[in-house]
Amino acid sequence: MDLSLSSHLILLLPLAMFLIIGLTGMKMSHRFAGVLGTVGLGITLLLAYAVAYTYFFSGSPDFVDAAGQRLQYSVFDYTWLEFTESLVIKLGFFLDPISAMMLVVITTVSFMVHLYSLGYMKGEVGFQRYYAFLSLFTFSMLGLVVATNIFQMYIFWELVGVSSYLLIGFFYTKPSAVSASKKAFIVTRFADLGFLIGILILSFYTKTFDFLTITNSPETVLAQTGGATFMGASVLTWALVLIFAGGMGKSAMMPLHIWLPDAMEGPTPVSALIHAATMVVAGVFLVARMFPVYLISHAALMFITVVGAVTAFYAAVVACTQIDIKRVLAFSTISQIAFMMTSLGVAMPDIHEGLGYMASMFHLFTHAMFKALLFLGAGAIIHAVHSNDYTEMGGLRKYMPITHITFLIGCLSIAGIPPFSGFFSKDEMLTAMMHNHPFWGYWMTMVAGLTAFYMFRLYYRIFWWDDNKHYAEHRPHEAPATMTIPLIFLALVSVVAGFIPFGEYVTWNREPYEIHLDWAVAGTSIATAVVAIVIATIFYRKRNDIPDRLTKRFQWLWTAAHRRFYFDELYMFVTHSIIFRRICQPIAWFDRHIIDGTMNMFAAVTNKASSAIKGLQSGNVQSYVFVYLLGTLLIAAVACVCLI
Amino acid sequence: MFSNILIYFVVIPVLMLAGLALTRNIKQVRAVAVVGSSALLALSGVVLYQFLQLRAAGNTDPMLMTGSWVWFEPLNIHLAVGVDGISVAMLILSAIIVFAGSFASWTISQSKEFFLWLVLLSTGVFGFFISIDLFTMFMFYEVALIPMYLLIGVWGSGKKEYSAMKLTLMLMGGSAFLLLGILGIYFHPAEGGQYTMNLVEIAQQGVDKGWQYFLFPMTFVGFGVLGAMFPFHTWSPDGHASAPTAVSMLHAGVLMKLGGYGCFRVAIYLMPEAANELAWIFLILTGISVVYGAFSACVQTDLKYINAYSSVSHCGLVLFAILMLNSTAMTGAIMQMLSHGLMTALFFALIGMIYGRTHTRDIREMGGLMKIMPFLAVGYVIAGLASLGLPGLSGFVAEMTIFVGSFQHADTFHRAFTIVACCSIVITAVYILRVVGKLLFGPVQDEHHRTLTDATWWERISVVTLILCVAIIGCFPNFFNDLVGQPFQTTFANIIDVIK
Repeated sequence: MDLSLSSHLILLLPLAMFLIIGLTGMKMSHRFAGVLGTVGLGITLLLAYAVAYTYFFSGSPDFVDAAGQRLQYSVFDYTWLEFTESLVIKLGFFLDPISAMMLVVITTVSFMVHLYSLGYMKGEVGFQRYYAFLSLFTFSMLGLVVATNIFQMYIFWELVGVSSYLLIGFFYTKPSAVSASKKAFIVTRFADLGFLIGILILSFYTKTFDFLTITNSPETVLAQTGGATFMGASVLTWALVLIFAGGMGKSAMMPLHIWLPDAMEGPTPVSALIHAATMVVAGVFLVARMFPVYLISHAALMFITVVGAVTAFYAAVVACTQIDIKRVLAFSTISQIAFMMTSLGVAMPDIHEGLGYMASMFHLFTHAMFKALLFLGAGAIIHAVHSNDYTEMGGLRKYMPITHITFLIGCLSIAGIPPFSGFFSKDEMLTAMMHNHPFWGYWMTMVAGLTAFYMFRLYYRIFWWDDNKHYAEHRPHEAPATMTIPLIFLALVSVVAGFIPFGEYVTWNREPYEIHLDWAVAGTSIATAVVAIVIATIFYRKRNDIPDRLTKRFQWLWTAAHRRFYFDELYMFVTHSIIFRRICQPIAWFDRHIIDGTMNMFAAVTNKASSAIKGLQSGNVQSYVFVYLLGTLLIAAVACVCLI
Repeated sequence: MFSNILIYFVVIPVLMLAGLALTRNIKQVRAVAVVGSSALLALSGVVLYQFLQLRAAGNTDPMLMTGSWVWFEPLNIHLAVGVDGISVAMLILSAIIVFAGSFASWTISQSKEFFLWLVLLSTGVFGFFISIDLFTMFMFYEVALIPMYLLIGVWGSGKKEYSAMKLTLMLMGGSAFLLLGILGIYFHPAEGGQYTMNLVEIAQQGVDKGWQYFLFPMTFVGFGVLGAMFPFHTWSPDGHASAPTAVSMLHAGVLMKLGGYGCFRVAIYLMPEAANELAWIFLILTGISVVYGAFSACVQTDLKYINAYSSVSHCGLVLFAILMLNSTAMTGAIMQMLSHGLMTALFFALIGMIYGRTHTRDIREMGGLMKIMPFLAVGYVIAGLASLGLPGLSGFVAEMTIFVGSFQHADTFHRAFTIVACCSIVITAVYILRVVGKLLFGPVQDEHHRTLTDATWWERISVVTLILCVAIIGCFPNFFNDLVGQPFQTTFANIIDVIK
């Protein structure tokens, strides 16, 4: 099919599905709405695969030059809003290695989630609304990754934010879901403010929003700022850090991570699609998109590295102490995205030809697959036992064999055990970090070890340990085929994805690059993972009291980690006690009593003054005559005095 | 005189008044209201079409479709009409809101008298937007203000007498400044100029530079009161809270736009030199309005108060952008007027409909309405999303044009204040989501609410019309951007360049 037509359809089909199901869904049966959405997305998936295939393999001179460097290509680019002649928001379709890769990732995971939800959401009130929102999300996310300019990205960035809001609050009669959706939107909105200001600063100097213009000559951008500085850092660094702040919000980097664990209030397939595989990596994608400009500012890259490294460690520690299985996965997502961020932060063209960039994108790809797998698996488990807490589970391997095997594949993959996909991508990231500075390498290897530990803790508690007593009343059962097929598919991808020669396709300068394993790094990370898994096996395979004893021994640490190091309390304090009580309420009071009081005072004074002098207008003729005569006499007297 | 199409914007309402005077029952009143407001809507469409034709034919005059008839010879007062892209946009906005407002007041009591005053009010509004003579403009302005007193005082709710009095007195105070300013402009043309009330002529000959420093603040504050500029905004929360639905819609949707439009058309257009030098004072005031209004809205519990403060914030942004004196930001200001007009009208329409059912506007007494009245609730969510600037709806387009435009200002002071104004996008999200979460989501608060019904067909017409307009501007902004931006890029840009 013609490239232009298929790329139009990739965006328009999900949008059309959203409008059709959203406007007429109430009249449809559940089944029809679900199948319609799924089929629509299936077509989108095929088109996206076709476009990505054309881009990578057709060898057309539009996409690759004679020297083998892949090119960036705008399929279409419509003017949407023209601020000035050069500052124009366009809506376009941009093809380059990372956007083509993202097309594949988004449509694959989204299709799996559509399919899975047919079973998972069966019989829920608002089933049609659910499918409408899923389509809206897919449309927005696709629009985000193919953005030709930073403002188009911002537009779709906001749209994914609102679809996420709508889906987290899907069960809108539940107060916890409502407040979680509100929190997610406001925290990311706050981050988007940074993004917006960053865009404003950047466009003030460059006079353009266009990615191609900005990233192809980052030196010009630097020159255009004329060496302006603000508080010791160059203006360009400020702009880049602010733009990254937007990414921190969406990708849940510390300290803006607090919304993601709460976002698990949404239906589990939504968590798999939005809060694990696609939307939350938007921040990573943003940095990757602007990467050539970030290379100009080492300070900004350093900032990204530090934020990523701290977040990765923090989230991994917290994940070790959570009981809700979706929260464990949520913190694991935060930690893994932080891995990708750090990897971008340490990517330097002079170290292994910018290996970190390739590794980060590779991990984005593999993580999307195995994390979606884990979430969908968790959904199947929750579906079976009707609880999110692992204390209500245990011994499930006998009851849910398919879920068990696929979940195990996901765990092995995220733990970095060869030959599963996570091993390859994680190994490349660790290599990049190790070569940048060994500190980052060892630090992140430690985080990788923690990852293996908490994932296997989760795995053993769900599938081993011992049977929960509730099973007597309610025997868990394997999920229906609509749910297991996506699990099996994603598990297969998680097994084989590691063998994709990723360096051939996605590198920072779009030139092919051959990956080779660095066995020193790989050996260390495998050893760490194996040790962590062994510890988890000892602790959690069979019911025993080691975990409890350890918890008692380090009670304060466990409590702090379990309470997520009190970030939520801190936010609660800032928003409620400071912003609400100390800013909003006083302002409202000031308005009602001081400003409005002044206006009322004018009225009152006028009233008082007029009633004080109204006695003069008495209508009493005698007093008028008296005053008149008195006045005349007075004037006469004054006149006499003057004349004399 | 009747060959000029613009004059029909006044003629139709006058005919409606006559028609209303003859009506005997509520059905006839409704018929007159619907026919009249549809005619106005159609007329505004025709004017838009003709305007675009003229522009496409290469007519670059500042004002098109002009006409001028002597009214009072000794003072050189004319009934002069004419439109540019900005006034055309405002006329369309007013027509849409009058149309939606007629449907929203379908079941009002004493409907004949109510509609009489409402139509008189819209006569003033339309007259104001087509006038290019200062005196007639001022006259129509007053015509629009006076009916407000009766509409709120008689058909209002709560402390209606107090609110009506307060609103009228504060706005009249503003007009006193305005009248002084207009007379000053008339009597102090620049060297060699003539005494004239015609806006285009005054703009060409200029106003005496020394007097500008006195007259600019006069007119800006005069119109600023109606534009809810801090600290002259306090009529707005009480006034909106007491007003009946259609009046709130018209007031927030159109009447407040008279303020912004006047600030631009009179204060800045006629006295650009003073505007350039004194803008910083008002930038601070309007910058405060933007953030202050948003913060105040966060703690209100009455739905109408929330939207009144939200209007203070959004209209603050209009005046803020006008003062930037750069074509992108000023285009954004006009877009914001359109967008705010539509979405606030939508908000007030929905609030009125909800209030009509639950008999309370206190968000603490309501909850879970999404289950009970899904149509109204979805409408409210869309209005909320438009207000917090979701792409695809009008608010985003307007705000982004303002922010991008303002940030292109060469001066650091202006850019810093733009960042302050930007912060409002977060605070807006806070108060909108707070209301949406409390009012529509969560469990049903009051068991009696379970028996309430969803929107009727006339309410649906009103809501759908407004939502469609909000979405059209949001999805195809470039058309409107060209329409309202054109005057800034041609005629006005020259004026600004000369100063700088």
